Amino acid sequence: MSKEEKKVNRRDFLFTASYTVGAVGLGAVVWPLVHQMNPDKAQQALATTEVDISQIEPGKSITVLWRGKPVFLKRRTQEEITEARSVSLKDLPDPQKDEDRVKQGKEEWLVMLGVCTHLGCVPLKDKGDFKGWFCPCHGSHYDLSGRIRKGPAPTNMEIPKFEFVDNNTIKIG
Amino acid sequence: MSDQEYTPKSKAGKWFNDRLPLLTLGSHLTDYPTPKNLNYWWTFGGILTFCLLTQIITGIVLAMHYVAHADLAFASVEHIMRNVNYGWLIRYIHSNGASMFFLAVYIHIFRSLFYGSYKSPREVIWIIGLLIYLLMMATAFMGYVLPWGQMSFWGATVITSLFSAIPLIGESITTWLWGAYSVDNPTLNRFFSLHYLFPFLILGLVVLHIWALHVPGNNNPIGIDLKKPSKDTVPFHPYITIKDAFALLLFMIIFSGFVFFSPNVLGHSDNYIPANPLVTPAHIVPEWYLLPFYAILRSVPDKLGGVILMFGSIFILFVLPWLDTSKVRSAVFRPMYRYFYWIFVVDVLLLGYMGAMPAEGIYLALARIGTIYYFLHFIVVLPVVGLLEKTDPVPMSISAPVLSSGGDPALAKKDYDKI
Repeated sequence: MSKEEKKVNRRDFLFTASYTVGAVGLGAVVWPLVHQMNPDKAQQALATTEVDISQIEPGKSITVLWRGKPVFLKRRTQEEITEARSVSLKDLPDPQKDEDRVKQGKEEWLVMLGVCTHLGCVPLKDKGDFKGWFCPCHGSHYDLSGRIRKGPAPTNMEIPKFEFVDNNTIKIG
Repeated sequence: MSDQEYTPKSKAGKWFNDRLPLLTLGSHLTDYPTPKNLNYWWTFGGILTFCLLTQIITGIVLAMHYVAHADLAFASVEHIMRNVNYGWLIRYIHSNGASMFFLAVYIHIFRSLFYGSYKSPREVIWIIGLLIYLLMMATAFMGYVLPWGQMSFWGATVITSLFSAIPLIGESITTWLWGAYSVDNPTLNRFFSLHYLFPFLILGLVVLHIWALHVPGNNNPIGIDLKKPSKDTVPFHPYITIKDAFALLLFMIIFSGFVFFSPNVLGHSDNYIPANPLVTPAHIVPEWYLLPFYAILRSVPDKLGGVILMFGSIFILFVLPWLDTSKVRSAVFRPMYRYFYWIFVVDVLLLGYMGAMPAEGIYLALARIGTIYYFLHFIVVLPVVGLLEKTDPVPMSISAPVLSSGGDPALAKKDYDKI
């Protein structure tokens, strides 16, 4: 009797097959319900923004909205660039060269998401211990390259995908 | 139990009860034997039921006038305040009601901590209660987002960004929660949907909470098991109903005090500024009832670590019944635990205060000490005290200390004073 019980029979096959098909079916029903919460086509359509930068003086910055998030465009002075580049990588919690955060030949333009990498607040410009940005929410300090120097934020402010359409226009996204 | 013996008096009642025993349930709830020594800390269950129903009723009314759209939400709330008949009253009851709800739930939880109501055989009641508390926090948070003011928007940004601390999938989770690349209209829309849903989930859990309570029956101030029904119990109605009603009346006076005399004192003035995704308010604070957890989050200098500790501070409560090694329930008979209980209360209040202060200097240092002690209380103090402590003699019944000593009502109390 016990030998026969252990034998895989047609009923076992039917059980396994039914459970498998059932699980696939359930997944097929659940996925649309989950995925509907991801950004819709209208949100995705706002994925690029063109910005006119001709009016920005050296040392000044503007903030534009891209995908609902602020983007800082800062035209840095030569001193600011020099200062940002004089920092030793050892002093950075998230080591990254300033050269890797700007476009070559356009070093004066710092374009980055104005979103603190801690919990998403908008840092204030020209504040903090490193002359860059300071997040008022939980006290993260960023330097002139938007790199985290002090505070709870884990990484540097993010550089979005962008390009220079011409000398006066930047396309973000 | 005596429930089975119940038969309705009227013929119609019997006919109906044979088909759906609702009258048996009603009779069980009326006669339900309750410890006769329940004090006023036990009235908060009824008060909380009142709070939930108040929130549901005022919330349904507000939803008739509110518009869940990023461009219209703020204006529609002002429309409720200015144009809708009694809209100001209903909204103030709803917004202050949330605070009153949390005030009551914290007293309810700390009652449980003092009298050991979370211990065997009441662990499931405790765990369901914690699930209710978690849902309450989620509901309150999403409700705070709906007026779409500055605090709404940035509170939502900070709290949803907590999930971005999860390695690898964190970013995808936050985008999924937002339905956009930042907190935006899709976020507001889904928060409204869920804010409407969750109170009914809470209501369902409340039914389970009470059901689980009615299996072992109420704990009581001296924390002993009772024979039911006996000299130690009284029927729920009218003894407890009248006591609950009186306490509820006092609670409603305080509630009304807030609604009519200082309806905005518990809120933040920045939330009367429409949401602006380009400007973060200088000082973001959550509502007062979330401050201790906020203090724990900020006291850790690491993003993921802070998030883990904050959620951990709530989840550790789920295993509390197994961390407390003492067999004696009530702190009345636990001389050592009693002190640690009050230290813990002060610690949570301290954390709450630090959560409202800027995270720097002395505030940050104190918040760190408070956070460390919070976890020490559960992981070290409770298991160790339960083993070391010599508890006071526990009476055999509620009536015993009174009757055996010729009517000296303070016999149990005397032991208490000796230590």
